[in-house]
Amino acid sequence: MTELIQFVIDVLALGGAYALMALGLVIVYGILKLVNFAYGELIMVAGYTLFLMDGTGLPWLVMAAVAVLMSIFFGVATDYVAFRPVRAKSVTAVLITSFAFSTILQNAALLFISPRARNIPLPDVFSTTVTIGGAVTPLRNLLTIAATIVMLTLFTWLMRRSILGIAMRAAATNFTMARMLGVPANLIISSAFAISGLLAGVVSLFWLGRIGSVVPGIGLEPLLVAFIATVIGGMRSVPGAVLGGFLLALIDTSLNHILPQDLLKFRDAFTFSFVILILLWKPDGLIKGPASGQRT
Amino acid sequence: MQADIPTTALLASNITVEFAGLRALDGVTIVINPGEILGLIGPNGSGKTTLINAITGQVPLATGQVTVAGDVMPLSAPRTVALSGVGRTFQIVRLFDQLTVSENVETAALAKGIKRKDARKIATEILQEFGMLSRAETIAANLNYGDKRRVEIARALAATPKFLLLDEPAAGMNESESQMLCKQLLELPKQRNLGILIIDHDMPLISRLCDRVHVIASGKTIAAGLIENVRKDPAVIEAYLGSSARQDA
Repeated sequence: MTELIQFVIDVLALGGAYALMALGLVIVYGILKLVNFAYGELIMVAGYTLFLMDGTGLPWLVMAAVAVLMSIFFGVATDYVAFRPVRAKSVTAVLITSFAFSTILQNAALLFISPRARNIPLPDVFSTTVTIGGAVTPLRNLLTIAATIVMLTLFTWLMRRSILGIAMRAAATNFTMARMLGVPANLIISSAFAISGLLAGVVSLFWLGRIGSVVPGIGLEPLLVAFIATVIGGMRSVPGAVLGGFLLALIDTSLNHILPQDLLKFRDAFTFSFVILILLWKPDGLIKGPASGQRT
Repeated sequence: MQADIPTTALLASNITVEFAGLRALDGVTIVINPGEILGLIGPNGSGKTTLINAITGQVPLATGQVTVAGDVMPLSAPRTVALSGVGRTFQIVRLFDQLTVSENVETAALAKGIKRKDARKIATEILQEFGMLSRAETIAANLNYGDKRRVEIARALAATPKFLLLDEPAAGMNESESQMLCKQLLELPKQRNLGILIIDHDMPLISRLCDRVHVIASGKTIAAGLIENVRKDPAVIEAYLGSSARQDA
């Protein structure tokens, strides 16, 4: 029973982080039909913001809020720098510019900060453990689950009830039509990048909280995770992204529990094998979103 | 603006559109007055839909300009044209399939800067008018074809346009649906002082709805005026109405 509780908490905590990351990727993809490959760097930006504010004496929550704001800022900057100038051109052009922006941010961190890992300030609560039904788990895991619930609730409210949400859903279904009705295209796209930045910023606090440090290449793994989760769940589906995130966490955590010690190093190979099987079964992902509309 | 055209009209003057060297429209000038339904007819491939696309800024113009109630529209700016009061529907219905019927209609009002509460009220009124209120919370993708067409018109109206461009609004509807739509369309110009341009191949429908028609063939205007005069025009008989009209005569 204790192991089961531990397992469930692990899946929910990891799945929550994966789901929020995937959501951030799919919200931009849903509208632009383009993957933002500079998305992982938003985690890096938040991490270095925390690092640079270390020793300022500010309360951690303030530092965390600034880190999230910087992630939002760089999310919107990705739109202005990498997407907007070329988004009416070819997909290849946007792929290159988003990779280029990612590389520029990483190299800026290498050049101006350090190629070495830098410790980030974390609150004591992140290193506290709690016991639930006999299972000892970091309080950070429960905070991740709570943050996931809050963010998903906010996100659902935003998309269902707000003017911006309706406009974004309309744009995700048929961007050209939304524009022809007078929906402000650039505002909608920038908002999608801002929400994407917000999600990445919130996830970064928990993602980096596990590691305790930041390096210039920190964004690659979360980007990969988000990308795989969205592919499993369905690239055009918001619920699919969430489902994909939790499913990927379930596979990862199960393998951690099942695989013998000497096979653990091959865990990713097993994970990807499962992903391939899922895609062979459902090539469009588990939940099919709106039909692929015309790009902007 | 030409002297005899009211400043409240929509004027598309000398419109030329080219696609990779092919001239789809060649110097077409068309005027839509508020409060009238103007028919736009012509054989398949004559450029009718292209003309609507040109007016709404969806295709670049080689020559010409569009003026809406005295305001010259910038080139290739569909959003500006929409916000200036030009709504449209499509030959193939383009709803937001994942949104509810009500949300589809609200989106157009919201895009005009109307508050959510008011947008919902507008949507409710228009859906009631079109007999679609009972399906307000239905996901648009689940509607039948005729209802989708009605929702598309309702959505265009939610933006309170001055001019409405309808591309084959009755296509795919059965006879009773088509007649019901016809009745609803006839009310609109009076109720809203709305200028409507309607493309359709159904000549009885055009005759019932329109006093004036504009005929294009091969991208050029071949006739324009009162429907009874246009029907007798030899160029129209030759290009569009063809043998049936000659038999009628």
